Amino acid sequence: MTKTSYIYKTSLIKYRYSYMRLTSILFLSFLCSIGYSQNFTTYEKFDDFEHLLHQENDTTYVVNFWATWCGPCVKELPYFEELHRKVEGKKIKVILVSLDFKRQIEKKFIPFLQKNNIKSDVVLLLDPKEVEWIDKVDTRWSGAIPITIVYKGDERAFLEEDFANYTELENFVNTIYKH
Amino acid sequence: MFCLMAATYPVHGGYHVGDTAQDFKLMNVSGDFVSLSDYKDVEGYVVVFTCNTCPYSVMYEDRLIELHNRTAEKGFPVVAINPNDPDVRPGDNFASMQERHTEKNFPFVYLFDEGQKVYPKFGATKTPHVYILDKDLKVRYIGAIDDSAKDPAGVSVNYVDGAVDAIKAGKKPSPETTKAIGCSIKVKK
Repeated sequence: MTKTSYIYKTSLIKYRYSYMRLTSILFLSFLCSIGYSQNFTTYEKFDDFEHLLHQENDTTYVVNFWATWCGPCVKELPYFEELHRKVEGKKIKVILVSLDFKRQIEKKFIPFLQKNNIKSDVVLLLDPKEVEWIDKVDTRWSGAIPITIVYKGDERAFLEEDFANYTELENFVNTIYKH
Repeated sequence: MFCLMAATYPVHGGYHVGDTAQDFKLMNVSGDFVSLSDYKDVEGYVVVFTCNTCPYSVMYEDRLIELHNRTAEKGFPVVAINPNDPDVRPGDNFASMQERHTEKNFPFVYLFDEGQKVYPKFGATKTPHVYILDKDLKVRYIGAIDDSAKDPAGVSVNYVDGAVDAIKAGKKPSPETTKAIGCSIKVKK
């Protein structure tokens, strides 16, 4: 990974200590130059990402795997954004895990986040060895997207399908949140 | 709500390794109907559910041509099937399939699963999704083409080649199943 090309990410998470000053400056100038306000975290390796699927606390995590190239995913994204807005103050957290392509980050992925003003947490998972990590996400997953995982501690629900409306998503989340 | 709960624990129906697939009769881009039984002197089939529009399918187009050129010589031709409903995804309609076939000069048939009756029997969930059958239509391998969809240069294992060689040698493919990312098959809701 080249540090310069992913500076908006590295400034926030990885390399925080050694590059903090430099990246802060670059990040600020980046912000100023294009008015970019959407942060996302990039993971090159699944192993570094995996902890997001197993956070041990009393928050309910709603993890959606999507991509800008996936029609049904893009269609249901507003429901996740609505959920993100509505659960403010509750112990529910939405994480949007994008499987967008590395070569399209600048041209497609970032413009999409900006245009749609995505407010939920966004994660970009680039690990190309999908064959090795699909079962680690959930053994029920065939590999098609979108999928949504809702979990709290050890309780977990999995859906390999898109939601037709907000209520469907909310009901699915409540199978864990209100359980 | 019931549907949603049921969908929470999806059981992917369709064939598992060891099952015997049912032959089908689907229209090729040439306008002719094709069945597996039409193939003479083959040792099996590399059935690939794929389409025009899914980026993962597109990434594999050139590799699929090369794959067919390798495996057809060994008696395992690629049989590509588009499972998507063109009402949902117009770019996957029959005319678009014909265009793509001509444009890429696919050396294999590209069949249209009209009415979406075949893919559920296989249990395909995404494009691309591979099923290797032997000549008795027994399912011998299900899954990905190789282990590096996004980068052809990064391929370290060609699962389909390996499975074809194993079957020819009278062995079980190893692995017999793999999983890869793909686009969900497009159906009307």
